[in-house]
Amino acid sequence: MEGLTLSEAEQRYYCDLFSYCDTESTKKVASSGRVLELFRAAQLPNDVVMQIMELCGATRLGYFGRSQFYIALKLVAVAQTGLPLRVESLNTVKDLPLPRFVVSKNEQESRHTALYSSDADNPASYSGVIPPPPGRIQVKKGSVSHDAVQQRTSADQQESTSPVVSPQQSPPTSPHTWRKHNRHPSGGNNERPLAGPGPFWAPFSEAQPGSSTTSDPIWSGHSPPPHQENWVSFADTPPTSALLTMHPASVQDQTTVRTVASATTANEIRRQSSSYDDPWKITDEQRQYYVNQFKTIQPDLNGFIPGSAAKEFFTKSKLPILELSHIWELSDFDKDGALTLDEFCAAFHLVVARKNGYDLPEKLPESLMPKLIDLEDSAEAGEQTGEVGYASSPAEAPPSKSPSMPSLNQTWPELNQSSEQWETFSERSSSSQTLTQFDSNIAPADPDTAIVHPVPIRMTPSKIHMQEMELKRTGSDHANPTSPLLVKPPDLPEENKMSSSVKFTAGNTVTDGYSSSDSYTSDPEQIGSTVTRQRSHSGTSPDNTAPPPPPPRPHQSHSRSSSLDMNRSFSVTPGQQQAGVVAYPPAVPPRPQPSQGPGPHVHRPVDAEGLIAHTSTSPQQIPEQPNFADFSQFEAFAVSGVNKEEEDEIETHSEVLQVEKPSDSASSLRVAKADGRVEDKAPANVPTNAGKGTTPLAPPPKPIRRRLKSEDELRPEAEEHTQKTGVIAAVLASQPSIPRSVGKDKKAIQASIRRNKETNTVLARLNSELQQQLKDVLEERISLEVQLEQLRPFSHL
Amino acid sequence: MAVCIAVIAKENYPLYIRSIPTENELKFHYTVHTSLDVVDEKISAMGKALVDQRELYLGLLYPTEDYKVYGYVTNSKVKFVMVVDSSNTALRDNEIRSMFRKLHNSYTDIMCNPFYNPGDRIHSRAFDNMVTSMMMQVC
Repeated sequence: MEGLTLSEAEQRYYCDLFSYCDTESTKKVASSGRVLELFRAAQLPNDVVMQIMELCGATRLGYFGRSQFYIALKLVAVAQTGLPLRVESLNTVKDLPLPRFVVSKNEQESRHTALYSSDADNPASYSGVIPPPPGRIQVKKGSVSHDAVQQRTSADQQESTSPVVSPQQSPPTSPHTWRKHNRHPSGGNNERPLAGPGPFWAPFSEAQPGSSTTSDPIWSGHSPPPHQENWVSFADTPPTSALLTMHPASVQDQTTVRTVASATTANEIRRQSSSYDDPWKITDEQRQYYVNQFKTIQPDLNGFIPGSAAKEFFTKSKLPILELSHIWELSDFDKDGALTLDEFCAAFHLVVARKNGYDLPEKLPESLMPKLIDLEDSAEAGEQTGEVGYASSPAEAPPSKSPSMPSLNQTWPELNQSSEQWETFSERSSSSQTLTQFDSNIAPADPDTAIVHPVPIRMTPSKIHMQEMELKRTGSDHANPTSPLLVKPPDLPEENKMSSSVKFTAGNTVTDGYSSSDSYTSDPEQIGSTVTRQRSHSGTSPDNTAPPPPPPRPHQSHSRSSSLDMNRSFSVTPGQQQAGVVAYPPAVPPRPQPSQGPGPHVHRPVDAEGLIAHTSTSPQQIPEQPNFADFSQFEAFAVSGVNKEEEDEIETHSEVLQVEKPSDSASSLRVAKADGRVEDKAPANVPTNAGKGTTPLAPPPKPIRRRLKSEDELRPEAEEHTQKTGVIAAVLASQPSIPRSVGKDKKAIQASIRRNKETNTVLARLNSELQQQLKDVLEERISLEVQLEQLRPFSHL
Repeated sequence: MAVCIAVIAKENYPLYIRSIPTENELKFHYTVHTSLDVVDEKISAMGKALVDQRELYLGLLYPTEDYKVYGYVTNSKVKFVMVVDSSNTALRDNEIRSMFRKLHNSYTDIMCNPFYNPGDRIHSRAFDNMVTSMMMQVC
């Protein structure tokens, strides 16, 4: 690039900025992160930023050397004045104002700007603290105007809306207030009647013709310098509002909306501490203050503040109820009627901001969003604790709020995605929470708790069981008879029933398992009760000691594993399977994960029956790797159609299925498919089941598996199932991609939570419908069996 | 398509009513009011406890030549009434259900807000946004 001539102020400013960005103290390269941050704070459109980066050569070099950085800064200033970005303009534009970088309100920033202003032409030392409510309008004007004026003066009031109006880049979630402040240029705030900023600016700009770095142009409504001092003093004495008095320091800190007008050595320090930050960011002081306030209401920092207590507390701030209501809406992130520490801090912060004249944002700013624990860390513990806590939301201090979030995220993303797929025709995921089904979904998947699937031993009973499973299977994607299907307990009353019954029987004995299946067939109503039981359990504890097992939860570790795949990978003997399976305590298998591919499902048709049988048991068992292996074996058996080992296979299959299910995160997908399949297959299965000689193995495993699946996902229609399974599969497939990191993944997780919740409601409805279908299918099967019986004598002839 | 959405309290007074064609609002208000009779009739016909969500959804209350009126009642006898324009492509029943579900979810969110007194008119912005989205998507 050509040589760059910088004025003295520019030189200083740029040097400071470079030092600020030079996080690694290399004195040569400015870290890209900081630089990008800086550029974003410049409030320039993204393409402009890219252009700048290109022009300065950083993209070519790959890093920001000092010269590149300086050039970039100069280009930023050029862009902010509204001039086109050209290399030539670097040296030709005279009296270019220093580039402005919007920073979050922080006293450091204010100090920074103050320093800068003292440095620069602008004599008015602007404290940057926005005056309290009394001066609200002025504050707004000032804040807005000073941002705008800075730009204006440089551009000679050319309402150069381009730099100013450019989308708020610095804070990712710049609240409306922020934007309003910065958008002042075109016509003032919508909400605050900023009287003709133009005229104010004009005189101001005239007053400071050349001062490009008008850090604080002044609250336009008043004589700039003296007023600024007034403002400054005002800022020093916290506003009268009760709330503000509560934390004067924080008020000063947070109400500052400042743009970094210039950089000085002192500014550098402050900059590093606060500048370029999201205006809604809570400083440490503020946070500490909020935490202390939280403690006065709720000593346990991990606990909740119930709504009533929070209401009293915030009513003290004397804000109108409507606004408090809106603040609550924004800050109660999980909509549980109680505030965790994070939510409380966010609410408090919003109240303070409002008190200081900031408009409330429409959406919660990112920096105020409650922190979510890394999903990976709290995978299991958090899941359980979180879910438990979540179910008992307000007032009951769950072990920790953060675990609940991730756990919820963990379960919901999977559920949501699957449900999203289900709801192809209906609502898209909205932020609304699910209704009653919420609790049921909360039940954490207990990957640890082994769900023992009773393995049917008896031949005849297994047949019936198989038939049942087939019926179930047709309704669900039987590709994955794994417990993941059961993960959607609310929607699988049958599953619940099965799981509960199975649990009671304790998977060790085949008969037990079988009896459960029997009971299942006998009374559909139990299903409903089971469902309710499961729901209640899910809301309580994931432990599966009680007979009604909590709804299975997707095994996090196997988000992608499809039972079939796992099965094939593992080759475990049936005997071993049984042993392994028995070991697990009755537990609801995790919800089916979407990872299951369509492939296995395709093959399932034949094996549906066998699978169904397994599915019935599988929900009870914890997903185990060995189980997966069993499942594959089961399938093999089913294919081979070995009669003798029908029962054994069924057992193993069931175990396998069970194992698969819990561990198969994609089982949900499978369930979807299985549901469709099951229903389709049910009639077919019945005759096949009746025909013992043919493929005994196939039916038993399939029915079991199907059963689990059907339980998990009641599919009213096969078509729906297929559709949904496809959707769910896709959704589940994307689950693994769910980011685990806290950062921007939080949003995705939260969004997925919401989607999951909606999915839950849909699934609940589907569940009931599927139950109805199941009844019908069972009747059909019985009739078909009767027919077969009648036909048998003839076949021998 | 939803040209008018109303939330009626248990005592049959409106908590929230909003229609899209801002003219003729009175007509929609009247429609909603008359539909309350149908809602009550359906509720009494149901009898047993409304637990199943399916029972919460009342379905088409009555159609006119211009529009159809759908109803939904919660367990606390809060009613949601939706007037849908018939001229638009017939909304599938499931879509209507999902819309009611969303309404219900948003309503429970409002309930969770301690600053909201049950029985007050609903002023929540989030609820407004949700309703707007539902009405917009239709129109």
